[in-house]
Amino acid sequence: MKAADFAYEKPGNLADALALLADPDRDASPLAGGQSLVPMMNFRMAMPDLLVDLGALDELRGIAPGAAGGLTIGAMTRYADLEASELVATHAPLIAMALPHIAHAAIRYRGTIGGSVALADPAAEMPALMLAMDAEIEAQSSQGSRRIRAAEFFTGIYDTALAPGELVTAIHITAAPEGRRFAFYELARRHGDYAMAGVAVAATGTNRADPRIAFFSVSDRPVRAIRAEAALQAGDAEDAMAALDEIDFAGDLNADARTKRHLAGVVLKRALGRL
Amino acid sequence: MAQTRMIRLTVNGETGSYTVPVRQNLVDFIRNDLGLTGSHVGCEHGVCGACSIEVNGDLVRGCLMFAVQADGAEITTIEGLAESGRGAALRAAFTARNALQCGYCTPGMLATALDYVEGGGAADRDAIRAHLSGNYCRCTGYQSIVDAVCDVIEGRVEA
Ligand SMILES: Cc1cc2nc3c(=O)[nH]c(=O)nc-3n(C[C@H](O)[C@H](O)[C@H](O)COP(=O)(O)OP(=O)(O)OC[C@H]3O[C@@H](n4cnc5c(N)ncnc54)[C@H](O)[C@@H]3O)c2cc1C
Ligand code: FES
Ligand code: FES
Repeated sequence: MKAADFAYEKPGNLADALALLADPDRDASPLAGGQSLVPMMNFRMAMPDLLVDLGALDELRGIAPGAAGGLTIGAMTRYADLEASELVATHAPLIAMALPHIAHAAIRYRGTIGGSVALADPAAEMPALMLAMDAEIEAQSSQGSRRIRAAEFFTGIYDTALAPGELVTAIHITAAPEGRRFAFYELARRHGDYAMAGVAVAATGTNRADPRIAFFSVSDRPVRAIRAEAALQAGDAEDAMAALDEIDFAGDLNADARTKRHLAGVVLKRALGRL
Repeated sequence: MAQTRMIRLTVNGETGSYTVPVRQNLVDFIRNDLGLTGSHVGCEHGVCGACSIEVNGDLVRGCLMFAVQADGAEITTIEGLAESGRGAALRAAFTARNALQCGYCTPGMLATALDYVEGGGAADRDAIRAHLSGNYCRCTGYQSIVDAVCDVIEGRVEA
């Protein structure tokens, strides 16, 4: 199918983009890589009156070392740019591990990190990585800017803490402590498909201190398994597996909630084996 | 009334200005307005890969971009690849290996395979399959396509 008609603007700077998005009388959507929004428009699941193309906002592109170590990644940075980045491989290895599993090469040349985070697809990798890395999401509107912790950002299925007219402008990833280890695992029917279940894990040292366990495609949003983290911290991987019942599992087209519960255990076990 | 915009872009080396409805996707513009029907349209939501083309050197889905977004861009379609001889080795290998039957997937498959080969991809069947995973072929069963890509990388083809 084809998209319904809309008005199109391609602002040359962020302030103009935010002004367009601030108009309460228009149903405006930002357009980033379009790799989720355009299919939704072609299916007419999305029919914005105004498309604000962020493609000319070079200020939202790029990967830079963060002020206190770590990384700052502009919202319009494409998956392909992240794949090619030494900084990402060094300072955000979870992103490097996950990228080959996100869609296909042609999608990764256009899809952006900001688009994926703003969309908050429960089956997407990036939102769960934000949780596992304790990332902060910088958001800006015509009223000003703020930072939102990943733990408070993802509020439900395709739902986030973003206010109307607010754009994701950057992702801030804090510096990992010495000896921090990371592991990623997902199960998909075919390479590049959305996962049936997946997990990102981080922990420090051989005793797996201060662990993070963040699942995607098992619930209505990306979820941290807090009790499983505590069990892992206490040194018991078996208890961690058993603690997964704390998650509010939700089925989708691929599998029902019970299967998701099972698959969560499978991916966690395999990820821990790689940590 | 559909809203329109004037765009200027270069397709296969030829630059022109065109007025396009903003809701028109890039592959429809290329096929219907420019008459370059080598790029195919299957699913119109990014999953089949039949519409794969090159925009500013990047492999993209022609059905997931609006033509208006390509203002100022340089585009290469399968026709452009044929004219320039880029990808001639892949074409020869596809023919030699019977890597197509109906040919519907072939323009997108060639564009994606070229992205892999020119990106310095290895003759590793799993890696080739991963790279081609977003392109559906309903005829060949993929083996012959992977064979053809390996032949090119390992220099077994005279273009
Ligand atoms: C065949 C196929 C397979 C895919 N497989 C996967 C997969 O396995 N895993 C996965 O994670 N994704 C997958 N995707 C989706 C892909 O990752 C998208 O690129 C991504 O979800 C959205 O990024 P985008 O830049 O394309 O955003 P867009 O599609 O442009 O936008 C997505 C949404 O976010 C909003 N938005 C965009 N940018 C911003 C911003 N800066 N601030 C506020 N709102 C914003 C838009 O208005 C829209 O609602 C797949 C897509 C396709 C077509
Ligand atoms: S028509 Fe574009 S991917 Fe299928
Ligand atoms: S040759 Fe027929 S779909 Fe590939």
